Amino acid sequence: MSKFLQDVHMQIMWNRLISVVEEQAVTLIRTAFSTSVRESGDLSAGVFNREGLMIAQAVTGTPGHVNAMSEAVGHFINDIGRDNIFEGDVYITNDPWKGTGHLHDFTVVSPSFRDGALIGFFACTAHVVDVGGRGFGPDANEVYEEGIFVPIMKFAERGKVNRDLVNMLHNNVRESQQVVGDVYSLAACNEIGHRRLMEMMEEFALVDLEGLADFIFDRSGKATLAAIEALPTGRYDNTMRVDGYGSPIDIVVTMDVCDDHVSIDFDGTSGPSPKGINCPLIYSVAYACYAMKCSIAPEIPNNHASLKPFRVTAPKDCILNAQRPAPVSVRHVLGHLVPDAVLGAVHKMLPDQIPAEGSGALWNLHVSVRPLAGDLAPKDGGKRAEVLLFNSGGMGAKPSGDGLSTTAFPSGVHSMSIEATEQVGPVVFWRKEFRERSGGLGRQRGGLGQVVEISARDGHEFHFNAMFDRVDHPPRGREGGENGAPGAVLLDDGTVLATKGRQHVPAERRLVLKLPGGGGYGPVSERSEEARADDKHYGY
Amino acid sequence: MTHNGENVQVGVDIGGTFTDVVMEVGSAQHSTKVLTDYEFPEAAIIKGINKVAKSAGISLSEIDLIIHGTTLATNALIEREGAKTALITTKGFRDVIEMRTESRFEQYDLNIVLPSPLVARQDRFVVDERIGADGDILRPLDATELEELCKRIVAAGYESVAVGLIHSYVNPEHERAVRECLSRIAPELSVSISSEVSPQMREFQRFNTVCANAFVKPLMASYLNRLVERLQAEGTQCPVFMIHSGGGIISVESAIQFPVRLLESGPAGGAIFAASIAQSYGADEVVSYDMGGTTAKICLIEKFVPKTAKTFEVARSYRFKKGSGMPISIPVIEMVEIGAGGGSIASVDNLRQLRVGPRSAGSEPGPACYGLGGNKPTVTDADLLMGKLDPKNFAGGAMTLDVAASEAAVQVDLSSKLGIDVPSAAYGLAETVDENMCNAARMHAVESGKELSDHTMIAFGGAAPLHAARLCEKLGIGSLLVPPGAGVGSAIGFLRAPFGFESVRSAYCRLDAFNPAQVNAVISELREEATNFVRQGAGDAPLEIECVAHMRYMGQGWEVPVEIELRDYAEDDGATFRQLFDAAYEKLFGRTIDGLDVEITSWSLRAASTVPPVKRIIPQEPLREAASLETRQLFDAQLGRFETAAVVERATMEPGDYVEGPAVITERETTTIVTSSRIAILQVDGCLLLKTKS
Repeated sequence: MSKFLQDVHMQIMWNRLISVVEEQAVTLIRTAFSTSVRESGDLSAGVFNREGLMIAQAVTGTPGHVNAMSEAVGHFINDIGRDNIFEGDVYITNDPWKGTGHLHDFTVVSPSFRDGALIGFFACTAHVVDVGGRGFGPDANEVYEEGIFVPIMKFAERGKVNRDLVNMLHNNVRESQQVVGDVYSLAACNEIGHRRLMEMMEEFALVDLEGLADFIFDRSGKATLAAIEALPTGRYDNTMRVDGYGSPIDIVVTMDVCDDHVSIDFDGTSGPSPKGINCPLIYSVAYACYAMKCSIAPEIPNNHASLKPFRVTAPKDCILNAQRPAPVSVRHVLGHLVPDAVLGAVHKMLPDQIPAEGSGALWNLHVSVRPLAGDLAPKDGGKRAEVLLFNSGGMGAKPSGDGLSTTAFPSGVHSMSIEATEQVGPVVFWRKEFRERSGGLGRQRGGLGQVVEISARDGHEFHFNAMFDRVDHPPRGREGGENGAPGAVLLDDGTVLATKGRQHVPAERRLVLKLPGGGGYGPVSERSEEARADDKHYGY
Repeated sequence: MTHNGENVQVGVDIGGTFTDVVMEVGSAQHSTKVLTDYEFPEAAIIKGINKVAKSAGISLSEIDLIIHGTTLATNALIEREGAKTALITTKGFRDVIEMRTESRFEQYDLNIVLPSPLVARQDRFVVDERIGADGDILRPLDATELEELCKRIVAAGYESVAVGLIHSYVNPEHERAVRECLSRIAPELSVSISSEVSPQMREFQRFNTVCANAFVKPLMASYLNRLVERLQAEGTQCPVFMIHSGGGIISVESAIQFPVRLLESGPAGGAIFAASIAQSYGADEVVSYDMGGTTAKICLIEKFVPKTAKTFEVARSYRFKKGSGMPISIPVIEMVEIGAGGGSIASVDNLRQLRVGPRSAGSEPGPACYGLGGNKPTVTDADLLMGKLDPKNFAGGAMTLDVAASEAAVQVDLSSKLGIDVPSAAYGLAETVDENMCNAARMHAVESGKELSDHTMIAFGGAAPLHAARLCEKLGIGSLLVPPGAGVGSAIGFLRAPFGFESVRSAYCRLDAFNPAQVNAVISELREEATNFVRQGAGDAPLEIECVAHMRYMGQGWEVPVEIELRDYAEDDGATFRQLFDAAYEKLFGRTIDGLDVEITSWSLRAASTVPPVKRIIPQEPLREAASLETRQLFDAQLGRFETAAVVERATMEPGDYVEGPAVITERETTTIVTSSRIAILQVDGCLLLKTKS
């Protein structure tokens, strides 16, 4: 067979491998209990070679797991020990520092054997419904308060499930049936990946994955390096201030673009927070890489070689490299803001390509509804429920057009239907629509934020966990574009609430969230007459 | 009506390029393709019907039945050419159809553009009302406010109004009140309400569906009325029926009320065509594969019934990517569609990888070899260079293909960039597109909990038989059927469809609080609705009724469809549902989960007239080797080299004639490639059966 025909086969096997991990991810979505997995794709799946280097990753999934999972498998091999890896094993952890940044994400790794020999690993990660502790919120002071911590260990050995671990889980988390169900799902989806891989290896008569991995690494590495080579070398920096919990946080980025790699360092970034908004480095790295990939090499699939030229570092005393036992439950708030901070530096290198700052972090709303007690109690006893909703503000304006309104970036999640959400518990959403005039003005306008109003149904009250940012520090415009509107957290009587932490909403009141709009791009004086007329006509 | 005592039926499919007409007189078939007339689609139909009637030697008054499917509604949505439409919705939810799912369909592209909403913001109006999740009225409608709003909308000159209120699928009272108010003020105004068009939970999908219905309603009503009149003027005396997205037949009157149900009716016809072939061969598990100029469509058919879904997406704006179109919640034959057709263009990306599609050269300028100005290498160019097509005998000799132009296009865009010769690049192109289609088929099978290797493939559409055998090799499929008339498969399929309608409703029920009264009421409502639609065409004919409960574990987001018996349920039947669910879940995912309650989220019920039993065909064994007049060099992908292949004209083959691969079987509408691993045998019904060589 000619060299080229071999290449065509390799390329076809590469695509097949991506489809194998895609199947893995889809299986997980179909069986997951966790809202953020099934509704919103908060998961990832990938296949690794014998050494533990990631060969392919499912496109389905959210960027926070890019790279994070890629590194995780190395930790598993180290901690389990190569001599201790057997056919039929399944490994597990939710270690924030070795997995994907908080206890709510479980990562499951399964070795893949062919004819008795280890050929690689499958890994997948998903956000589970509960991990015990204080629940999903920023109020813990140490990771110990945030829930059960499962260090890297065997969930199953030679096909036999570790009953002690299952028992421990059962007794340490809320909704334990669902959580244990999700862990089994993770293991099952690795199994699906393995089965498909075996079929593929049969078809292409492969003994191991090493040749294919080399091909993939060679192609992706070269393409990524070519993209980096095309960049103007030099040092670019950016500082972005955001709200944090109690005191503002500066995210400071220094980006060095060299011939064969890009390094990003977060030196100068604010120190860790006493509350659970801290990011383990693994998660900060994931979002920094995501920003780089979006801006310079979006079409190259994620794998060990395409991620390797991006070197991300942060000093140990910083919020983006929080050390154990720092609380990290809602690390997504800071993590989601990392891309805008990095993109600000990229903008200095590549003018007229990078959007303005946007709302960034999702405004996740976790509501705990309870029936009122005493005389006010509902006649049928009422209902307790935990309700989760994702809301997104506006994206920054693009040099090529207005920003996207109410769209998640950088997170890859989808919002849930209000009708479906109201079936879950006794809450009523009175409003969820565009927040008019919230997009930063400019030649290109920032995307609009939204207004959400929610109350408990008669006879109920609720608490919610606030984890909102961009209230004191709105998304900034670029190149003369104006800032987006800052967010606001209020009651319908005008009472201003805190932007982080657990708070109460009395029975007769509505919670009002005003989500930030995206920043504008270019001076507003250059906005076309037509675009202005449209804004007015549509009431944007 | 009838011709010499034989039934005369006509199937008409309006597609993007051609309008296909098939006439069956008894078992004899006559078909034609005429160019689609965009301004007056009915004109092409009349032309086509006259043509087939002439060749069949019958007069139009002898036609017993005309069944029609069309992409007109789909095109109107894609082109955004519909009525001036207003949306009335619940206060606080004006932007639901524009906020979509608040997500990006492509994670790594910073410059994506979201599709604009079907009804723009200034055309969306709100009323201060609210219904709760349980159907309770949390805020009543204010009659004065409503009246004022309706007057304003009528005065503004809207041609069509969509009404979509929160939780109307549980309680349609407010939507009906809005319609009544509008009708009082403007009796002729076209009004669509979401609780009738699509009573399913999830506001974005439902509102979008009712907007789509309203948007195409005036246009489709005017077209269908014109069509009926023209047909009568031409002398037909028979009824006209419409094929809908779910693959059944409904009356023209129903179609005018719910034109959104006509979306994707053409492809649905293709799936029914494949299902009827499947039935005659007794093939229980089938994957149908339809490939044309721009896209390939894949559908799973189980026990002769195409798989259906409750929602789908039209008008995808970004590489056929999920999420880049608009969702429509109606029962539909489920298909995966990918940008892989004869016109799909190949290129080399910066990973030095060959990529094919979704960009297509279409029919104009078309593949490079058409010589119509196209200079990009396409799938058809690769097929030509690999010897699958005969340059001198394309489309029955209607067109000569330019081999040199294909070579030049492959050379410039692929070979020079990859540093390889033209045949290798052509092979790489074909393998890549075949692999893309296989991956789409595999993913679809996984999502349906199926294993493809035990399926039979049925291939139709102009380009499918060129690629189908290779797909079977890749998917491990043993039997492939290439039916005759593959070019007008959808129109033939229309004639095989039952009078049928599927009704869907969201209605929530936990099994631990099983409420037999609610369940029985929902089932009987659905049954009444579905059978009413079907009776309009089927009269008193016996009906088959199939009822499905969509169930899941509490806390999951994806439902498993579970077929249930049609009977009155009692208090203790929660356990019956539980058993059925457990069995279905285990079949899909290999295990059940203890200790969790199960919930029913929605229901669907399909009523259909029984279709006359299909004549079973006993597969024909190979008897005689078919005569081959010539040979040509054909690249065999599995062997990785050119082989000498026999060329056989399909029309000369008799049942029992066989051709061993590598071989090429030609006919006017397409060419069937028999790869070296296969043998093709002509069957008594004219199908080619390709099997693995024993």
